[in-house]
Amino acid sequence: MTAPDQPVGVVLVSHSREVAESVARLAAGLAGGGATAPVAPAGGTEDGGLGTSSELISAAAASVDRGSGVAVLVDLGSAVLTVKALLAEGDELPDGTRLVDAPFVEGAVAAVVSASAGADLDAVVAAASEAYAYRKE
Amino acid sequence: MLDADFFRRWMTATAVAVDGAAARLTELDSPIGDADHGSNLQRGFTAVRTVLDKEAPGTPGAVLTLAGRQLISTVGGASGPLYGTLLRRTGKALGDAAEVSGAELATALRVGVDAVAALGGAAPGDKTMLDALVPAVDALDGGDFAAASSAAEHGAEATTPLQARKGRASYLGERSIGHQDPGATSSALLFAALAETAEATS
Repeated sequence: MTAPDQPVGVVLVSHSREVAESVARLAAGLAGGGATAPVAPAGGTEDGGLGTSSELISAAAASVDRGSGVAVLVDLGSAVLTVKALLAEGDELPDGTRLVDAPFVEGAVAAVVSASAGADLDAVVAAASEAYAYRKE
Repeated sequence: MLDADFFRRWMTATAVAVDGAAARLTELDSPIGDADHGSNLQRGFTAVRTVLDKEAPGTPGAVLTLAGRQLISTVGGASGPLYGTLLRRTGKALGDAAEVSGAELATALRVGVDAVAALGGAAPGDKTMLDALVPAVDALDGGDFAAASSAAEHGAEATTPLQARKGRASYLGERSIGHQDPGATSSALLFAALAETAEATS
């Protein structure tokens, strides 16, 4: 299932299209020069409103799947529940898709930076989750 | 025994009830939520009616599984995955039997409600759907749909004095007290529609 030469994909699910797109740009920007791992936003509803769209999530996951797994970061509420429900569904998301328990912005940066550096799915998930441990005061 | 047509009529009756209550659900969702519960569920159950008419699944389990999938993909709020999981897990628990008994449905609904609790991490008393769903399946006791409906209704009303501990309403702390929970209210509609469908069948 894993494709060792290919990067892990990252999907960013927010209630807001703008938030998901901005955080995707931020994370890709901070991943620096060279080739960055594929990252796709899945923000808001299909008509651009606030909410969660399972269609946008499935499409985003398919678009970043290179065969090495997909890390999905979510903001809150229905974003979390929708991804969990899609994972339980079994066939809605690519094989090797994982919901990452991580803060959205910091976790997204850690995930994209580590995935761009060639980390495997376990390492990408760990890097994103570790963002919780960074204290700000 | 309950066949696929019974389950289709239950989903249709739920859609009609949600249509009728959409404004009230959104009103309940305004002070403690984001004022979209009525319109979200209305969109979801309208899509459920459409897909059931189009695909006409042949077993009770297939009706609920398809309805659940449709809710997950169309609702756009937390109620989508929660109601979707409830119906899908209940449907899976019914298996592929052409007809099921009231007792089998009661057992399957318990599985569905447990899955909702696991997905959302909530428990009775947290001011959520579960405050209607859990008393309803407790009262169902082998297929007493009228008792389940009544228990769900009472459970929903009893959420008013509770402080929300899950979801957006929980951010309001004590200010969530004094409002009936929209999710518990719509859960009662699902059981009212079940009782109504059973009544019309007998």
